[in-house]
Amino acid sequence: MSEIKLEKLDDNRWLLPRTGAMRVPGIIYANEKISGLLTRDESAKQVANVAHLPGIVDFSLAMPDIHWGYGFPIGGVAAFDMDDGVVSPGGVGYDINCGCRLLATELTLHDIKDNVKDLTTALYRRIPTGVGSTGYVRLSGKDQKKVLEEGAGWAIKAGFGSGQDLETTEDGGCIGGADPEQVSARALERGKQQLGTLGSGNHFLEIEVVEEIFDEKAAQAFGLRKGQVVVMIHTGSRGLGYQICDDYLALMVKHQHETGITLPDRQLACTYLSSARGQNYLAAMACGANYAWANRQILMHLTREVFEKSLRVAPRELGMRLVYDVCHNIAKIESFPLAGVEKKLCVHRKGATRAYPAGHDAVPARYRSVGQPVLIPGDMGAGSYVLVGQEKAMQETFGSACHGAGRVMSRTQAIKSSRGRSISRELAEQGVLVMAGSKGTLSEEMPEAYKNLNDVVGVVHDAGIAKKAARLKSIACIKG
Amino acid sequence: MKKYELFDHTADLGLEIYGRTKRELFANAALALFDVMIQDVDLPTKRGGKERVKTRTVQGADAGDLLVNFLRELLYWFNGMGRVLNRVSILSCGSKKLVVQCVVEPYHSERHLIKTEIKAVTYHGLSVEKTKNGWKARVIFDV
Repeated sequence: MSEIKLEKLDDNRWLLPRTGAMRVPGIIYANEKISGLLTRDESAKQVANVAHLPGIVDFSLAMPDIHWGYGFPIGGVAAFDMDDGVVSPGGVGYDINCGCRLLATELTLHDIKDNVKDLTTALYRRIPTGVGSTGYVRLSGKDQKKVLEEGAGWAIKAGFGSGQDLETTEDGGCIGGADPEQVSARALERGKQQLGTLGSGNHFLEIEVVEEIFDEKAAQAFGLRKGQVVVMIHTGSRGLGYQICDDYLALMVKHQHETGITLPDRQLACTYLSSARGQNYLAAMACGANYAWANRQILMHLTREVFEKSLRVAPRELGMRLVYDVCHNIAKIESFPLAGVEKKLCVHRKGATRAYPAGHDAVPARYRSVGQPVLIPGDMGAGSYVLVGQEKAMQETFGSACHGAGRVMSRTQAIKSSRGRSISRELAEQGVLVMAGSKGTLSEEMPEAYKNLNDVVGVVHDAGIAKKAARLKSIACIKG
Repeated sequence: MKKYELFDHTADLGLEIYGRTKRELFANAALALFDVMIQDVDLPTKRGGKERVKTRTVQGADAGDLLVNFLRELLYWFNGMGRVLNRVSILSCGSKKLVVQCVVEPYHSERHLIKTEIKAVTYHGLSVEKTKNGWKARVIFDV
């Protein structure tokens, strides 16, 4: 399908040479196995399309979990000059600040092995999942404004967790410059009822156990040790974020001709960062991002309550604390060295995780000697990885790494190939208990629908942009 | 004549929609949207919800933009207002504007089984074209 020719740079990187109206070349992080998948769909072409956007700096990048999205590929990273570059809602995605949050406990597998079913059932009952689920928190208009402005900090003030949690949340759980006035009435309405909900699709909450430690020093800093029970939460800004993206996409498509920018795909609709519309989008996007951080903070609190009650353990015995919270759908203003000079850029990460190295100011003080934790969830049952950001990411990928395994099979193919099978039974046989609201979700999200997580993480590790710290094994999973 | 079929897209859900006329194409697109989201959407009489008639005017820069704006409006009726589409009639359909009349009922978790959450209607790979037998459109939903 794709006519694009990729040139091998080394074992982990492929160059997409500049052709036609591309302003910069593309670089895709992939091994031989993954690169073979790139030509099966339009993902490589999408990397080239992003390279057409004005003000793009150095390269249009893609991580090894790259797959065909709409507009930007999933796994795409692109940085834009603040003066003559653009911001694109489609480069962030509909689920603004979709991300992961990893919680550590003082428990070991031995402590919960007889209670996994009860614990999972209790989590499934307590945590709202699925489409149309409404949240634990009902917001007044005034409170909602504060959520959008303050993010996870609002949730802490409302009693959902402790101030310490903010220290290990990316950006302290709040992007500045959030302006609720830039968010539509429709988006606000959708946001009112969904705070404290997990959602559906690929969102999940998983109980996992630390299976292997690769980097003792990093794992120790993150407070992770073999056999320990941890919880991974994957969700985002729910309907509020989808609506913000959709509203601004519609607006930018409508006014695209005024910018004079020619686009290879209308879904890449964008506007100059320096324009009023660009600034308004960033202010609205920050609201979506902050809502997502408040959402994950509340879900963490609910998880803690369920663990304490279901396992009848005291808070100190449980010792549940936040290892880290990362966003993987976002556009952020960050500084990078360009030709020896620090320069502010707008980095779009659409299905990519920040991966800052040791010593960086934005890395929490307690992790600064090792680097930022990079949370990489796999497909259902595959468990997750915790990586640690490296200096090479600052030089090559605007401080970014992959965000997951990346789909390889379409949802319709997955449903076809799962026909007549019980995905939940197959997972149970592998020791993973799954509770999901819909059988359709289980089929669409079946393990074969994704790339092998080890391959994806292996590329990032071998390329040196983030190094493996620990591997987590799934025990139980709840989904919408 | 088939109203629509799914086509493969790695991350999302692609729909190819058909109609003998442009009005039928848009009506089928609306029904297809709700059909992929909700089980048994073609059996409204069995659900017994309180029906309401809604009429809306939708605009777009061209036929493709019009289709996206039309579907995103209907998607908001479901996601934002909790309304499920039972019947649809396109009263008029020009190149940049259409008027639609819909019969909707409130979403009820016991009557409406949700199959797939549609986050948004995208512009990626969008097309609306006249064919030998009528009209055909392609649209990708973010799921």
